[in-house]
This record gives sequence, C-alpha cells and structure tokens, in this order.
Amino acid sequence: MTVAAAAVPLLEARALSFYRQDEPVFAPLDFQLHAGELALVEGDNGSGKTTLLRMLAGLLHVAIGELHWRGAPLQRDTCAGEILFLGHQLGLKTDLSPRENLRVAAGLCGCREGSTVEGALAEIGLRGYEDEPVRRLSAGQRKRAALARLLLLPATLWLLDEPYANLDRHGIALVNGLLENHTAAGGVALVTSHGAVSFHGGEPRHIRMHS
Amino acid sequence: MSRPRLSGACIAVLRRDLILAWRRRSDIAMPVLYALIVTMLFPFALGPEDTLLQRIAGGVILVTILLAMLLALDAMFASDIEDGSLEQLVLAPQPLALMLGMKILAHWLTTALPLIVIAPLLAAMLHLPAAVIPVLLLALLLVTPLISLFGGVLVALTAGTRRSGMLLALMLLPLCVPALIFAAGAVAAAQQGLPWLAPISWLAAVLVLAVVLAPLACAAALRIALDC
Repeated sequence: MTVAAAAVPLLEARALSFYRQDEPVFAPLDFQLHAGELALVEGDNGSGKTTLLRMLAGLLHVAIGELHWRGAPLQRDTCAGEILFLGHQLGLKTDLSPRENLRVAAGLCGCREGSTVEGALAEIGLRGYEDEPVRRLSAGQRKRAALARLLLLPATLWLLDEPYANLDRHGIALVNGLLENHTAAGGVALVTSHGAVSFHGGEPRHIRMHS
Repeated sequence: MSRPRLSGACIAVLRRDLILAWRRRSDIAMPVLYALIVTMLFPFALGPEDTLLQRIAGGVILVTILLAMLLALDAMFASDIEDGSLEQLVLAPQPLALMLGMKILAHWLTTALPLIVIAPLLAAMLHLPAAVIPVLLLALLLVTPLISLFGGVLVALTAGTRRSGMLLALMLLPLCVPALIFAAGAVAAAQQGLPWLAPISWLAAVLVLAVVLAPLACAAALRIALDC
C-alpha cells in the first residue's frame, strides 16, 4: 500500500446532517474512519443513530453534507458489496431456518474465502438449531442468526445497529471478538449501542450525535 | 472471496420465495378457492341456461381470475419490508430490478399459475365450448403476468403507506381494463369462429414491454419507499 492510499480514509463524512420535515435530526457531523478503525455511535434515544447508519448504508438519500468512500463520493455502485448493514429488523424470514436464511444471503452477496454456511452457524452458537424455523427461536438466537452474516459475507464496512441487544454475556463477547477480527483484517465498523462496550482491540473512536 | 454470481442470486431469491409460499400453502389456496366459489355461484344465480352461460363464460372467468389475483397482490413486498429482507436485497451487490423481477416471477408462479391450472375446470362449469379453452388459456397466460407486473409496480409505489389495499385496487383498475378487453375480445372472437390472433398479439407485445420496464419501475419505487 502506498503512503497516499494509506492516507485516504475509507469513510469520510463532511458536515453531514439530516432533516426530517425541516427539523434537524442530527447536527452536522464530521468524522473520518481509516482501515482497521472501529467507531461507536453514541446518543440518546431519537438522536438519529439509526438514521445515520441507514444513510451510510445508502438506504437514505444524503441531502446535506458529503459522504466519501475510499476518497470518492459514496454511491450505490462504488461500494456495492462492501457494506454490511444489520438493522433493528434482522432481515430474517421467520418461516425459514437459519441455514436457509443464510444461504439466501450468501447467494446474494457471495461468501468470504474459506467460510461456509455451516461453519458460520456453528461459530455463532447455533449448532443444533440450523434447521429450526427462525420463528421458533428466542430473540437472542434470532440475533445470532442475523449476526452469522458477519462471519459469512465479504464486506469492508460493517454498520451494526444495536448488535448487543438481546444477547447474553457470551454473545456479547462473541460480537466483540468478531469486531476485533474484522478491524484487525483492515475492516471498518460503526456500532451503535447503549450498553457499555468493552472493546479489547484498542480504544474505539466515538461519534457523538449531539455536539 | 467468491464473487456472487448473478444466476446464483436469481435462483436464491426465486427459491426462497417459492419455499416461503410452500410453507404457507393455505395462502396459495385462498385465491383458487375464491375463483372456484365465484364461478360456481354464477349458474345458480342466472339459471342453468346453456346459451346464456356460454356467452358470459369467457368474461366471467377472466374477471374472476383478475379479482382473485388482486387478493394476493398486496402481500408481494409487505412481509419483506416488515422484516428487513428488502433492505438486505437493496444492499446486495446485484441489480435490484432483476431481483425484484424474480420476486414477481415467484409471485406469478404461486398465485396465477394455480388459477390458470383450474381455468379449464371453471370453463367447464360455465359450458364454455372445449374448442375455445386453448384460446382462454393463452389469453390467461398473457394477462396474468401483466397483472403481476403492473401490480408489482403499484405495490412498490404504495409500499410506504398504511392500508394501501384500497389505493392499490383503485390504481390497478385502469391498468387492467385494456388487458381485460383484449383478452375477453380474443375469447369472444374464438367463440364466434373469428380470427383471434390480433388481440393476443397485442397482449403479447404489451407483456414484452412490461417484462422489461416494470421491474425497473418497481426497483425505483421501492428505493423511494425505503428512503424515509
């Protein structure tokens, strides 16, 4: 990697803000994320954390401010397949099993090298529940079934909205481990959370929604 | 890293929707039962007079199947929006229009195809001459995908609104009328021994246009629906 390439942040927001019916949802935000960095998005309920993540995912139109991905304006085709978004709605079909859900995700987005659906499900702690319809799983197990995508799909930017919700202590440790591995491999992650996050791979950056 | 293949993605989406429809078989049965009941009631209401039933058979079957399809239409994207599957589909590195085309195809296979399969039975109940049945089936094979495609666009347009069922029916009606006129015209012509190829060709031409354009419109509309 050349010095110039290393200097360009993977993700950069300049004076990014969002208005809903002429009411500002969040104040202008400026931040840069380089490869291997993790950012915690902090703010109260209704401060626009989810809105910010949906904007970064490309689901919401950026009207005010700028978003850059690898130095170029963030557009649908410049970052296709590089973003993995996990929102409040988990994107799981409740009539399908975790295995079937994950196969659809892999069919749509491809698999990371060396990862398999079975391996991802075992690692996320759903061994024995692979063929159970998601509708019969507990909230925490559903969350795990959605998080299995993190192990399987190739993506550089992870946008995780409340990834710790509904998880037990082991699950939280598991997510922290996933984030550590991801950033160690040069990925970037934005995480919203109310709970205390104990991230071992260095001090995460903080993005405050209120200035 | 294995690149996602386009054909693989298409098959994944199609397979998922077909499995989901199979797991909810009773939902597929609803439009079929509806069409059966409506057609069965006509002879009771109008009397078992052969000539009268024969004259209205084509129109009754087409209208019944169109209405039966309307029943299942607004469920096309509703659950996907609710559980976040649509967001995942939008974010996948695949052409969204093609993926939605696959969803519409799955919807057609699970709602319209069973109706087409029972159409000869409906025709027999209304004493439609056996020679006309192939024309009726041909007309249905062209009209039902048109309704699915138009419906897909309109469902996508009304996706953000609550209780969109009424609005959907209102918007779909003017789009269905021309298709219905051509299909009924073909069946009536065949019944009178006249050439019926022209209206069928018109339907086929519109279907070709709709197959290309409707998924694109659908994708644009759904992106707008999510953007709020």
